[in-house]
Amino acid sequence: MNSIETKPPKPQSVRRKFAPWADPAAKPLISFQNIVKRYGEVVAVDGISLDIYEREFFALLGPSGCGKTTLMRMLAGFEEASEGKILLAKSDLSGVPPYRRPVNMMFQSYALFPHMTVTDNIAFGLKQEGIPKQEIVARVDEMLKLVNLRGFEKRKPHQLSGGQRQRVALARSLAKRPKVLLLDEPMAALDKKLREQTQFELMDLQQRIGTTFIIVTHDQEEAMTVADRIAVMDHGKLVQVATPAEIYEQPNSRYVAEFVGDVNIIEAAVTRAVPGDIALKSDMLDAELRLAQRADVKTGDSVAVALRPEKIRIGKEPLSEVHANCAQGVVYDIAYLGDLSIYHVHLDNGFVLKAAKTNLSRQIEPPIDWDDRVNLSWTPDAGVLLKG
Amino acid sequence: MNSGKRSLFARVTVAVPFLWLAVFFLLPFLIVFKISLSDDAVARPPYVPVLSFGEGWAALRDKLALLDFENYAFVLSDWLYIYSYMQSLLLAALATAILVLIGYPVAYAIARSPRALRPVLLLLVILPFFTSFLIRVYAWIGILSREGLLNQSLLSLGLISQPLEILSTNIAVVIGMVYSYFPFMVLPLYAVLERMDDSLLEAAADLGATPAQAFWRVTVPVSVSGIVAGALLCFIPAVGEFVIPDLLGGSDTQMIGRTVWNEFAVNRSWSVSSALAILILLVLLVPILIYQRMQLRELESR
Repeated sequence: MNSIETKPPKPQSVRRKFAPWADPAAKPLISFQNIVKRYGEVVAVDGISLDIYEREFFALLGPSGCGKTTLMRMLAGFEEASEGKILLAKSDLSGVPPYRRPVNMMFQSYALFPHMTVTDNIAFGLKQEGIPKQEIVARVDEMLKLVNLRGFEKRKPHQLSGGQRQRVALARSLAKRPKVLLLDEPMAALDKKLREQTQFELMDLQQRIGTTFIIVTHDQEEAMTVADRIAVMDHGKLVQVATPAEIYEQPNSRYVAEFVGDVNIIEAAVTRAVPGDIALKSDMLDAELRLAQRADVKTGDSVAVALRPEKIRIGKEPLSEVHANCAQGVVYDIAYLGDLSIYHVHLDNGFVLKAAKTNLSRQIEPPIDWDDRVNLSWTPDAGVLLKG
Repeated sequence: MNSGKRSLFARVTVAVPFLWLAVFFLLPFLIVFKISLSDDAVARPPYVPVLSFGEGWAALRDKLALLDFENYAFVLSDWLYIYSYMQSLLLAALATAILVLIGYPVAYAIARSPRALRPVLLLLVILPFFTSFLIRVYAWIGILSREGLLNQSLLSLGLISQPLEILSTNIAVVIGMVYSYFPFMVLPLYAVLERMDDSLLEAAADLGATPAQAFWRVTVPVSVSGIVAGALLCFIPAVGEFVIPDLLGGSDTQMIGRTVWNEFAVNRSWSVSSALAILILLVLLVPILIYQRMQLRELESR
């Protein structure tokens, strides 16, 4: 039954239950322990401790200069930590040169050897290991198949498109079957369409081969698409390490809330600190702000509340019997994105709230237009209370 | 209409170097070539026929009929000239090989040095050009002679008991050429090595190559075009070198540049020296064509 064999494998749902970080018995594959990296006076990485587990797809996310690349390069062996140590499968990597680490990296520039063919590029690491020729040929072929590049064996890197080069770089870094694959902004050079497609292919690939992947990226959408867990970094520190959904829905700080996705930040003071039914008062809103969050706050605390635009209902109809979690204003800007529209609403008291609305019906004339008077409302579980 | 303008501009830009070559290379080449087909004569200029365009077409044709290849036959049948060519190629090749061996580490070190330091180091490499070439070669006589700096230093260090006979040998010629052409080797090598992406070496290390292995498997192959460019920039002028063998070489140093000079100035045989010069050009055409091909391939790979 050939047709069954050639069918793509059925998507596996193991990922959904994959959460070794939540299992106290699970042993991490990689363990960063109090890593500090200084360049003279500059502290690039400032005391990071982080565990990454086998088969995990882990993303280091942050703006440029946040230390994410430095952290990855320390794992690859290109930089030595100033303090702390990195354990890989329980063995200390300190002082181990890059060419002896069971870790491979895919470079942002791809770093393909320009004088070698695709085959020779992929075989480079295998030849270095002294693997018999027969096996090298088989392994290169396996890699070419894995990244869909059969037929390009004899090409030189300059004869390939950007996407093909990226695949060669991926195949080359996977050929040695590393314990960990490091990806340094692997899709930065691809256009948007190809990038999205490649993200899914990369996830698929990681599922199939089961290697631990660590990706460095500044693109939050990319991190959220591919990763099991994301570490958001800022100024050499970890701000939050959590799953994409937790990062988005339960950001632990204003920094994370603002870096990942679009958000309204409402500064407010706690007027009633009942866990599960917190009431707040803000200068931005005339109405009371209520949160169904079990946060540890006291009456009178100054806090910030993050409110995602898509969690705000926007409409021209008057609100019925709502006293809390609402606002009125005038639309002064619309960003039409096709699938949804983002409305910038000038509230009567001068502040601005952003609200998103899915464009459910096909209409050229927007149902809500510039200068329309609109009502905004949201549920008590829409907002997130941020400390600090 | 825009593209028409641009193509005119493009044609003019391309024409300028061709025009330059036509006036300063092709025309002199043709004149030398014509002399090489003439016969020696006791006259001024010392060869016949002398072409002139003022005597009519028939006279010109009669004179052209006098031209022949007997000088070439003469040159190629005399072992002295063949030996001279061989020695030129051999000494130039030896000097070029040494230049690659010395120039590569120097270019590599400059390319790997801190960015701010590189212009200074490059300036140091080309600094000798600020002094006249002739004076620098003369200076080597002072270093290499029997009582020169080198022998004095080695004697006082007790490394030798008898002064070395270096001056007026082929060794001195090779030393002189290595010294003189050094910047021509370092600069193209530096240009290639400096442009090399550092992440290539990191990728090699990442894939299990020690620094030495990465050097041989990545750095050297990637810089081959620089090695070839540097080698040809040194080899081609070194083959025809006159000043260095004349000043530093001995009586047995018969490099072709010196032989041409002898034929021209001592024997007053313009026709034979012209034939010799044309033959050098033909010999050197081979490496020049190789260089051209390599450059073309380099351009294609960008």
